[in-house]
Amino acid sequence: MTISISQSLDARNLSCPMPIVKTAIAIKTLASGDVLEVSATDPGSVKDFDAWSKITGNELIESDVQDGVFRFVLRKK
Amino acid sequence: MTVTTRDLDITRDAETPPNADAEAAAALLSERPAKTNSLVIIAESGDLEKTWATTIMASTAAASGMEVSIFFTFWGFFPLVRPEKRITGTNWMQRALSIMNRPGIDHLKLSRMNFMGMGPWMMKRLARQYGVASPGELLTAAQAMGVKLLPCQMSMDLLGFSRDDLIDGLEEPVGAATVLQLIASGTPAIFI
Repeated sequence: MTISISQSLDARNLSCPMPIVKTAIAIKTLASGDVLEVSATDPGSVKDFDAWSKITGNELIESDVQDGVFRFVLRKK
Repeated sequence: MTVTTRDLDITRDAETPPNADAEAAAALLSERPAKTNSLVIIAESGDLEKTWATTIMASTAAASGMEVSIFFTFWGFFPLVRPEKRITGTNWMQRALSIMNRPGIDHLKLSRMNFMGMGPWMMKRLARQYGVASPGELLTAAQAMGVKLLPCQMSMDLLGFSRDDLIDGLEEPVGAATVLQLIASGTPAIFI
């Protein structure tokens, strides 16, 4: 099954907490069920996106890393 | 549900199911008050690194859907003054204080390694290099996400600030009782 990405957010070269802050602001503009893709380079963001997803209930459906860029795919609650 | 000492007995006999401790622990947890989705930060220090901590925690908590209030008191009040404001106060002591301790979130000092401003200069340069948002940027982001900024009325009077000296978007100045009311209703508080 392919996931259709509603919006992509570039949070590369940003440190804590800006990737999360920008994600929260971006996801506000989406509708429930929409999918947001975030790319980040902060290694701490791996744990942080997992935690943020658990607090907010926005589902983290994919999390991977390629060439030092972390990619998070979130579905809005 | 009441938890008896037997439920928590670590020397349980063979008949006790092995997960009895886990069940007892779960029962204890369920008796705790409901989780509050709010946070109050008491910002007392006004140092650069601690104001960073305050603004990072506040903006992240707001980004996580929490209702956040920051109570700015004493040295922590100085970041609420407009950065372009140079001298504040109505009497010579308050004015001297603002000269010695320049107010505004862009002019904060490090609690150590300040070295007449060299420390903060280098720290801000490093922050830019590593993509770390400044306390001012984080405070603006926090405000945009609905974080409530509560100025301490007593600090404002004592240190000689007027409403015109302060940044926009603040709540009405309040006192300790307002913060305690939040805590009494179950909001966790952190003191920075």
